[in-house]
Amino acid sequence: MNAAVDNPTEPGVIEHYQSEYARLIGELSHDPLRDERKAALERFAATGLPTRKVEAWKYTDVRPIAKRSFDNLQPAPAVDDEQIKELRFGNLDCHELIFINGRFNAELSRLDELASGIRVRSMAAALAEQSSGIEDRLGRCLKENLHAFTDLNTAFMQDGAVIEIDHGVNTDKPIVLLYLDSATEVPTASHPRTLVTLGQGAGATLVESFIGLDDTSENLTNNVTEIELADNSRLDHYKIVQGGLKGFHVGSINVRQGRDSHYESHSLALSGNLTRTDINTRLEAEGATAILNGLYMIGGRQHVDHHTRIDHLVPHTNSEENYRGVLDDNARAVFNGKVYVHRDAQKTDAQQSNANLLLSKTAEVDTKPELEIYADDVKCSHGATVGQLDETALFYLRSRAIDEATARSLLTFAFASEVIGRIRLKPIRERLEHIVLGKLPQTKQIGEFV
Amino acid sequence: MAPEERACAGLFLAFQYPVEIPGVNNIYLLKAALNAIRKSRGEDPLDAVEFMKLVRERMKLVKMNEDLMNRAVNEGFSGGEKKRNEIFQMAVLEPKLAILDETDSGLDIDALKIVAEGVNSMRSSERSFILVTHYQRLLDYIKPDHVHVLADGKIIKSGDENLARELEERGYDWVKKEAAAA
Repeated sequence: MNAAVDNPTEPGVIEHYQSEYARLIGELSHDPLRDERKAALERFAATGLPTRKVEAWKYTDVRPIAKRSFDNLQPAPAVDDEQIKELRFGNLDCHELIFINGRFNAELSRLDELASGIRVRSMAAALAEQSSGIEDRLGRCLKENLHAFTDLNTAFMQDGAVIEIDHGVNTDKPIVLLYLDSATEVPTASHPRTLVTLGQGAGATLVESFIGLDDTSENLTNNVTEIELADNSRLDHYKIVQGGLKGFHVGSINVRQGRDSHYESHSLALSGNLTRTDINTRLEAEGATAILNGLYMIGGRQHVDHHTRIDHLVPHTNSEENYRGVLDDNARAVFNGKVYVHRDAQKTDAQQSNANLLLSKTAEVDTKPELEIYADDVKCSHGATVGQLDETALFYLRSRAIDEATARSLLTFAFASEVIGRIRLKPIRERLEHIVLGKLPQTKQIGEFV
Repeated sequence: MAPEERACAGLFLAFQYPVEIPGVNNIYLLKAALNAIRKSRGEDPLDAVEFMKLVRERMKLVKMNEDLMNRAVNEGFSGGEKKRNEIFQMAVLEPKLAILDETDSGLDIDALKIVAEGVNSMRSSERSFILVTHYQRLLDYIKPDHVHVLADGKIIKSGDENLARELEERGYDWVKKEAAAA
């Protein structure tokens, strides 16, 4: 739908972004993305941010973002090691890139001992290089998935990460991108871009963790991740959003998959004022498999939206999707899972499920599984449920001397564990269990059960 | 009284249809249950070692496979395994009064014997059982002290184990007629 006729973004805000853009261009001495930025900003200025009349944004109102004039260029505030010690994946042997308000911080990061065949650097470093060719590689996974937020990301990207794994190289050491948001005097927007390329037969684990350091921050993180998986490669990808209660997060993950490649995504949205994640993967060659797992668990007046799209473009491709949500208070969640089976994609096997647990009468979920099938020899299924805790299970637990509050928390935890239990990497799984436990009443009591 | 208060007071209900609870570990549930009951009696919780010793001992009573212990509560258990799990829980929790609701339904004869042996081994002057059943068969293995016939929520006839045999032979109609005439 063309939203140009109904642009919700006030003209002043578009002008603001335009002047921010001019300021950015003035600051950059070397910019391999000059043309791409300009085109993206022009597209953005024509439409503004999406209204709820745009189908993909029907249940997510971005006016709270549209009405703010974020500073897009502000340097990152100072954060010291002591502040973030607890947030690192301490017990995980990993490469760790730390970003403060979207800017790479080399002092806090741990990027030593990269094995040969693995290159990891900040996007800022890649953009600063002369003739790095980065401009040719950016946007390759994005072209089918453009919208106003990805355009803003392209126009304003200054940092992020570039990760390249050579063919045949398998690394056990996860690569962690830890994005920390710290409150600033004027709300800021950061637009990190991450580019991941796995060569043939390569294997890696990527963790993108977005954490709000405080609940006063009204900053926006507008992230785009592009992933190219060559034949027979495998990526395990974790995205964890733990935003501050006033913070905004909009992110999109865009994947292209080669023959027999395996992409496994775990997307966890655990806090934030408004959190939107799009995951788009294109199964472009036979034998490609995508597994998308997700958990959202929020309360208060928080809002979480997951939009996933899996394109089965050729025969013999597989996808499996399993999302669960737990909503309390006045929280609201959106799940839209689209599986698109193209005309030639015979023998597609696609399964999708979305289960939601509402803990209060005022919580709300809008779930929409969508199958679009243009091939005739496929196996596709989908299902969505919205419900409350099982009263018979509750009674059973109480008959075994478990008090009601603990029994409720325990069953809620058990519901969420179904997704967390799929996380193979133990330090990450345990950390998420810990976070989920911490969100429930009776944490201590149910801690004894797990 | 809330169900958990009843449990702490010494009541145990063995369910006719034990619920499957994915994500809740059998053994952890049992530990939490036992320690909640102990706490209500003013006793110290058992630590992991003491608890496992007790569990292993009681598992033998119902010939439970240890693998089942580490699974989610009743998840994927066969009908017989579920019923044995109920009796096993009872053996660990040591209630004052146990209500076994149609524990014999859906059990084959071997499982029925195991369940009955579990119950028999727990019989004592300190503990009462209420067995709810439609059939005599269970009572071949568990000798009742008293038999009551319940109809429309009322006890309409009482007796000893011979009453159960008579019911098995003659059915229930005569009891109902007798009660109506009285």
